[in-house]
Amino acid sequence: MEVVTLTGANFEQEVLKSDVPVLVDFWASWCGPCKMLSPLVDQVAAEAEGGFKVGKVNVDDEEMLAERYNIMSIPALKVFKGGEVVRESVGMIPKDRVKALVEGL
Amino acid sequence: MTDIIIVGAGTAGLSAAIYALRAGKSVVVFEQLTYGGQIINTPEVENYPGIKSISGFDFATGLYEQATALGAVIESAQVEAVEDGAVKKVTAGGKVYEAKAVILATGAKNRPLGLEREEELTGSGVSYCATCDGAFYKNRAVAVSGGGNTALEDALFLSNYCSKVYLVHRRDAFRGEAKLADRLKEKENVEFVLNANIVKILGEDEVKGVVVKDKISGEEKELAVEGLFIAIGQMPDNQAFSSIVKLDDKGYIMAGEDCETGTAGIYAAGDCRTKAVRQLTTAAADGAVAALAACAYCELA
Repeated sequence: MEVVTLTGANFEQEVLKSDVPVLVDFWASWCGPCKMLSPLVDQVAAEAEGGFKVGKVNVDDEEMLAERYNIMSIPALKVFKGGEVVRESVGMIPKDRVKALVEGL
Repeated sequence: MTDIIIVGAGTAGLSAAIYALRAGKSVVVFEQLTYGGQIINTPEVENYPGIKSISGFDFATGLYEQATALGAVIESAQVEAVEDGAVKKVTAGGKVYEAKAVILATGAKNRPLGLEREEELTGSGVSYCATCDGAFYKNRAVAVSGGGNTALEDALFLSNYCSKVYLVHRRDAFRGEAKLADRLKEKENVEFVLNANIVKILGEDEVKGVVVKDKISGEEKELAVEGLFIAIGQMPDNQAFSSIVKLDDKGYIMAGEDCETGTAGIYAAGDCRTKAVRQLTTAAADGAVAALAACAYCELA
């Protein structure tokens, strides 16, 4: 599955109004652990057989989104369902935990 | 059977893998999180000889690519136990792997203050990495806990972003460099809170303040901060190996510069062992020393 680049302009449509849960990865280019986590998120997206979407927010480009969702540390993963954050995780985590975030929703 | 199993894919573990592979040995590296270890949190490494400046991520990725190109197998699993014997048995992710020699390169992790809800609030105001998270605290008040170089550097870094930085330290003097402390004294938005311990974190879903207790008067006061940066050093993670190697009172594996643990065929490399200096270079050096000792041991075995 394709990973969507999320911005202030498409966030509502892609995430808040999504029919399926959305895993959102908040990251920045200067953040080492983000760059470690990012490929794992990509892998989870690639292996997914539907049922959820995956998107990424660059917190430097999208300060408003980072602020709105109270990002205080990155990498931060948040799972949105029905416009609400239903699961979240902060910091580098192994792939099976990334996967677990979107399982059984 | 693998020749050498390495526990941990940080700088020490991957350096050991490179040396062992180049000596013709087969190598499997176990890592529970991701390759790179602590260095991935460092934005700029400027003290590794021969490299003027590199990001911790690029350094770690280079090391990883070098090791895997030589044939290192990296397994994503946590090592639960190592059993000694003529053949070492390593249990990871519920499976048992056999090796002639084992190198423990488990590294170290950030030491928590041990406060109630500290873990729960990590990422919601509690942080162990000022350079990673500092930018999210623009124009807010924060507290830094610690008295070493990291704490002083963190306070200095944060003073450029934050409206106010309280530096809370349990002693009346800093362990860190005097030069850094002097620079902090000149900052108008930095306040020292000395001889004091942070005893409580305030706030429900996010940090709203901390309570500090004066060690001499016993008086408690609240600091209204939205961030608590903890910089009180590292701690090892070696309990799983306490039956096969000796640990010191802090939990570091007792081993000298030769990386020998006292258990034949089991070596300790990098930040996880007892040592005076824990730097990128010393981790890499340990990797080489431990790998070559392990290779020699494999020849005998």
